[in-house]
Amino acid sequence: MRYTQEFGKILNKTEIAKGTFDVILHSPEIAKIAAVGQFVNILCDGFTLRRPISLCGFNSEKGILRIVFEVRGKGTEWMSRLQVGDDMDIIGPLGHGFGLLDSSKKAVIVGGGVGTPPLLPVAQFYRENATVITGFRNASASILQDDFAQAGTNYILCTDDGSAGIHGLTTQALEQYLNKNTCDIIYTCGPKVMMHGVARLAEEHKINCQVSMEERMGCGVGACLCCVCPTKDDNGNHLTRVCLNGPVFMSTEVDWDA
Amino acid sequence: MPDMSVKICGVSFKNPVIAASGTYGYGMDYNEFYPISRLGGISCKGTTLVERAGNPAPRIAETPCGILNSVGLQNPGVGRFLTSYLPRLKKQNIVVIANIAGNSVEDYCKMAERLKESQVDIIELNISCPNVKQGGVNFGILPGSVAEVTSQVKKHSDKPLMVKLTPNVTSIGDIAKAAEGAGADALSLINTLTGMRIDIKTRRPILRNNTGGLSGSAIFPVALRMVREVYKCVKIPVVGMGGISSWEDAAEMMIAGASAVQVGTANFRDPFACIKIIEGLESFADSLGLKSIAELTGTLNEW
Ligand SMILES: Cc1cc2nc3c(=O)[nH]c(=O)nc-3n(C[C@H](O)[C@H](O)[C@H](O)COP(=O)(O)OP(=O)(O)OC[C@H]3O[C@@H](n4cnc5c(N)ncnc54)[C@H](O)[C@@H]3O)c2cc1C
Ligand SMILES: Cc1cc2nc3c(=O)[nH]c(=O)nc-3n(C[C@H](O)[C@H](O)[C@H](O)COP(=O)(O)O)c2cc1C
Ligand code: FES
Repeated sequence: MRYTQEFGKILNKTEIAKGTFDVILHSPEIAKIAAVGQFVNILCDGFTLRRPISLCGFNSEKGILRIVFEVRGKGTEWMSRLQVGDDMDIIGPLGHGFGLLDSSKKAVIVGGGVGTPPLLPVAQFYRENATVITGFRNASASILQDDFAQAGTNYILCTDDGSAGIHGLTTQALEQYLNKNTCDIIYTCGPKVMMHGVARLAEEHKINCQVSMEERMGCGVGACLCCVCPTKDDNGNHLTRVCLNGPVFMSTEVDWDA
Repeated sequence: MPDMSVKICGVSFKNPVIAASGTYGYGMDYNEFYPISRLGGISCKGTTLVERAGNPAPRIAETPCGILNSVGLQNPGVGRFLTSYLPRLKKQNIVVIANIAGNSVEDYCKMAERLKESQVDIIELNISCPNVKQGGVNFGILPGSVAEVTSQVKKHSDKPLMVKLTPNVTSIGDIAKAAEGAGADALSLINTLTGMRIDIKTRRPILRNNTGGLSGSAIFPVALRMVREVYKCVKIPVVGMGGISSWEDAAEMMIAGASAVQVGTANFRDPFACIKIIEGLESFADSLGLKSIAELTGTLNEW
């Protein structure tokens, strides 16, 4: 049985930026087998569909999961009203996560907005061998800076309005980085246009790149074919399930122009 | 405890709860939650003669108490269904219903031929999928074409034939009678109702296909009424579906006339929905002192 449904008790909840919540759940069965880059599907009272949210962290010994989500609509709004001590009905761990090399390899990690959380465990794996570039709308929307710093990574912050860090896009920062340095692998999660930009740069520099895709989901486990992403391989073009075969794909697998 | 088994067109199901086509794949995904052998049966994803890529995403939108989908029959084609998916599913000791969809009567007949002598227990003729441009729904909305495709497939098949009806018609009773008259062994209903949602910021439909099929609790009362109407028009067994999400819904459906039920969208919210429905029905039947769950079918006492 690869999937578990569990009532995860909320142990801690913090609003880390306006409308963005950092939640720690006691969820021992899912934490036991979770992997970096996987997600859980969260039931919201009064809604037919569960909401997919990535794992920002997990500890199998302590039996805990960490999720960070932004209020985007009615379901995430409902989630944000839960309090410490409440249960979250979750299923997981879902999906195919990030592939990790040896931790002595050099990794560059590029995150945009609320796409940043699933990248934290990747950074914690590579530690000082990771360069992390994250981008946010402005200083007050920026999240997880301390966590990335604590992981010992080389951390670069970008904001759209220059209110903190570099004034500019993550892809510009990545381009500058790659002009002077090299790395063994790139990981990215965030808005599709940003990931596409990262994928192009990775290809130009002939570096393997893993991207975490988003799509609207039904079942979350591979059964309904609602969540497809256009992909390509030697056999042609396909529509591939994000919930099962993804959310993480090699950037070259994704058919960005479809 | 009551006998939970039901018999539909000669096929025995260990209980009356069947996973609905398109929501449950080929079962193996849900086998990662619980042994799917606990279900009465599974209706597989709609299969076509040749592989179909389906529609572009987004393919799903949430609605009040339901969803819209526009998957568009993405499937590997009947050939790979037979070689890759069916053998694995049959090992799970479960009744397998093959849901087939075509663009022409000929397509349906060719598929029925391919399924001859396979391990498929029942063919569910999907003449009602709203997400395919040619064919699909066209067959399902006129009694004449329903009769035509049903009788032709019967000639090319050695399997019990269950015809799945679309609710997007003016008189579902007439369609049901046409299918029965043409030799259908059972009927299943309802498929989804065509609907739409719009993102008011972009002023674009949420679904890339613009429209999609509505399913989930929102359609339950409509489905229940149609099952009742059809039950009163025909003698062949009726399998009821559309928005069933609890054992109480399933019980209503059986009381209205369904010999068994299919559960689709409810699995998305609760992956254990089918199991809970089976258990709930069993204790309900027990509390009524029924010897067999089948005694519930059609017991509605109308005003
Ligand atoms: C694999 C995956 C991982 C994700 N991880 C995170 C995360 O760690 N943190 C975070 O804040 N967000 C994450 N998201 C996005 C998050 O799922 C959506 O923001 C959320 O579903 C919106 O729900 P809502 O009810 O607030 O919005 P509404 O717009 O009211 O939702 C309506 C429907 O659309 C779906 N939907 C809307 N936007 C999205 C979207 N961007 N992606 C997928 N479905 C959507 C909802 O799930 C729901 O079914 C992730 C998405 C995916 C696919
Ligand atoms: C994502 C999705 C895919 C579906 N695909 C099929 C299909 O391939 N063939 C078919 O006959 N019905 C298909 N259906 C319809 C269901 O089998 C069922 O008739 C309908 O959803 C109503 O039941 P429900 O409310 O329990 O989901 C699909 C429904 C959904 C939600
Ligand atoms: S959400 Fe059902 S297959 Fe991905």
